[in-house]
Amino acid sequence: MNKNKEKLLNSRYRAEKRFQFYGKSAIFLALLFLTIFIFKIFSTGYTAFQKTWLIVPVTFDAETLYLDENPSKEDLEDADYFDLALQTMFDLDKSASEKQQNDLKRMVSYFFEREIKRELLNDPSLIGKTKDVYLTASDDLDQVFKGNYPRDLPEDQRRVTDYQLKIFDQLVEQGRVESKFNLSFFIYPDSREAELAGIASSFMGSIFSILVCLVIAFPVAVLAAIYLEEFAPKNRFTDFIEVNINNLAAVPSIVFGLLGLGILLAVFQLPRSTPLVGGITLSLMTLPTIIIACRASLKAVPPSIREAALAMGASKMQTTMHHTVPLSMPGTLSGTIIGLAQALGETAPLILIGMVAFVNTIPGSPLDPAASLPVQIYIWAESAERGFVEKVSACIMVLLGFLIIMNLFAQIIRHKFEKKWS
Amino acid sequence: MLLGFTSYYFGRKKAYSIQATNTRLTALPQFYGYYLAIWCAIPAFIIYSLWAIFEPSIVKLIILSDYSNQGYLDDELNLIYEKTKSLSRGQFSGEITPYLETSAEKYLNLRSIAQNSKVVLILAIIIASIVYGYKRISSNNRTREPVEKFLNAVLFTASLAAILTTIGIVFSLIFQTIDFFKVIPLFDFIFGTHWYPAKAFVRDASEPLDPSMYSDTFGAVPIFAGTFFIALIAMCVAIPIGLMSGIYLAEYASTKVRQYAKPLIEILAGIPTVVYGFFAALTVGPFLKDIGTAMGLEVSAESALAAGGVMGIMIIPFISSLSDDVITSVPQGLRDGSYAMGATKSETIKKVIFPAALPGIVGSILLGVSRAVGETMIVVMASGLAANLTFNPLESTSTITAQIVVILIGDQAFGDPKTQAAFALGMTLFLVTLSLNIFALRVVKKYREKYE
Repeated sequence: MNKNKEKLLNSRYRAEKRFQFYGKSAIFLALLFLTIFIFKIFSTGYTAFQKTWLIVPVTFDAETLYLDENPSKEDLEDADYFDLALQTMFDLDKSASEKQQNDLKRMVSYFFEREIKRELLNDPSLIGKTKDVYLTASDDLDQVFKGNYPRDLPEDQRRVTDYQLKIFDQLVEQGRVESKFNLSFFIYPDSREAELAGIASSFMGSIFSILVCLVIAFPVAVLAAIYLEEFAPKNRFTDFIEVNINNLAAVPSIVFGLLGLGILLAVFQLPRSTPLVGGITLSLMTLPTIIIACRASLKAVPPSIREAALAMGASKMQTTMHHTVPLSMPGTLSGTIIGLAQALGETAPLILIGMVAFVNTIPGSPLDPAASLPVQIYIWAESAERGFVEKVSACIMVLLGFLIIMNLFAQIIRHKFEKKWS
Repeated sequence: MLLGFTSYYFGRKKAYSIQATNTRLTALPQFYGYYLAIWCAIPAFIIYSLWAIFEPSIVKLIILSDYSNQGYLDDELNLIYEKTKSLSRGQFSGEITPYLETSAEKYLNLRSIAQNSKVVLILAIIIASIVYGYKRISSNNRTREPVEKFLNAVLFTASLAAILTTIGIVFSLIFQTIDFFKVIPLFDFIFGTHWYPAKAFVRDASEPLDPSMYSDTFGAVPIFAGTFFIALIAMCVAIPIGLMSGIYLAEYASTKVRQYAKPLIEILAGIPTVVYGFFAALTVGPFLKDIGTAMGLEVSAESALAAGGVMGIMIIPFISSLSDDVITSVPQGLRDGSYAMGATKSETIKKVIFPAALPGIVGSILLGVSRAVGETMIVVMASGLAANLTFNPLESTSTITAQIVVILIGDQAFGDPKTQAAFALGMTLFLVTLSLNIFALRVVKKYREKYE
């Protein structure tokens, strides 16, 4: 009898232990996913912040440039650099066949002639002299140098030929290959060539959309929250508004994209692919989030504040505007920032309103076509070239960095400025 | 703007001057300022917007009156007007006829007249309304009440924004959806088992629509099944992990663990979905494929399992924090009663707390399902885009959201059944998630009331 009881008790304790173990492993799993995730992104992405350069001696021969003696600044500007640039690459291996010459040309980026041109424009006295010039390596060689490209694949499965590898290895031996901080990733717009693609255009697109979103969503949401929390009579209609807001907060984001497409583009004829339309769409999406946050922080202001103001003879409007709203501002602001962070990471609605278009200029206003950071991630992730993989990860790192900063900022505002009512 | 500020200033100054004459003011001085500023802005604003709405059509009417007796059709007249406009902007690249040139000149002329008269009219109105408002101030009228009434109206209008958004969603979806069902019978859409919108892609716009061409093209069953299936996989990952971590955080974890673990898990909810999509496509998909090949299974690199699994990870925090909240709000008395009967902690949780918290937990799971159904980017990037009718988790399937993106990416032609199909899918999605949300929110709310 006693033994049975003990057995039962032991098995119950074991069940208890087991249950605790399930709980712990669930949390462990969730955190494990997070770690793998971040590790994966960082390990594939950090190389994108470096860029490989080939250092190639360029002879600025006036004849190859078709220049007269003593050329003016404009002459230099208009000169044809392509032949000079080609000649420079061919000089790397004087015995190259025609096919190999083509390979040589492909070892550097698509716009290598511009890099040579810039060098000469900076120092026109170089004509007739030879100088080492930094040329952007092609994205495949860039990947080879970073060790992301398997060299032991058979040649026909690689985009780099054996010949290119041979020349490249020679250059490495001569110390003519260098890795430097990849500034162009931050200041160049998108490009079809992985080695030249940067996030500047999508970054500006994101900034503009978020600004439009802030300008529209913040005032409307705060005013709506004030009305609903402080002034609205309790009736069917205000109940309806409330249900509406709660539901809108849970509507899938892609439906807002359809709204943008069906109303903003089709009915109001706003320009496609622009941050303006993107911002309006996002603002409709973040509106309920901000309203809910703002109402919560208005609710947290104790009634004694209101009663004191009313007792001093202030009108309801004065009480609200001079006392309640300023006191609720920290909560509202941090809610707004979190809402904006959500909007910043949103992709699907922007794709529908055409912000996936290839944009190779940096937008200067919300009315210029642009992409946004998450959409840029999507565009690059869909392209087949190997060089884009690390770019995607790097772009994700930039995006996550922004989200973390915004969320930290929201936390700081909340903890620093929020009054604790006891 | 500038006028607004100056009128605020004048209004307040006037109020002070009244005060100086020892008359009692009926409101604080700045209300006089606001009052005047509102008088200055509102009538002018109304006229301005009316002007902006009607100006183009009036100008168009005048321009086209030149052509009215030449027997053009409406479409042609519209074309002429567009040509005139682009010519006057200097962007016209077609053949320039003398007719067009005269009307372009006339257009520019009219525009400048309109511009000038607009400025004059609005200035006049501003001045008139300021003078009117100023007079009323001088007679020491009440100003606080009208100003507050005005502010109240502004607040109320802002609160309508949410309703307007909902109306906007419904309107943008409904017209296209109705047009779609005019061509494709509702029955074919709901019960058809073939979804090949690409088939409808090539269509000569000049030919009339032939509904028979689209039979067997827009059968949504494979997509509905795929949506359901991927959501199911996601929930298989999210429910056990989310629920168990919610329970652990609420019942077992020390304050310190809770303080760190909770926000860390919630980071998972803050990561943009496109990032999850990239992760699923780049890491999870090939990983599953390798495992599958090692076990002798044929796994597609874009499998439903990869998309669903990653989506499940994304939903974990929704379920864990909601169920955490729900469990914490179960009254302590229930726990104490169970402990007093000699139950262990896990028995209490399983037999007492869990049943008590069940409605709330179901609500949180339903909200998770609605997330999974509405999730777009993970599916677009990690699972296939072809709608296969399959329940093999190792093959690729497609969902409602992914199909919307596939159809609408790039240029859209409104009026084409293919585009309308996307809106019909969007309508379905909206209705499904809406009913899920309403139901879940109601369940959670009922549950809260029970213990308050």
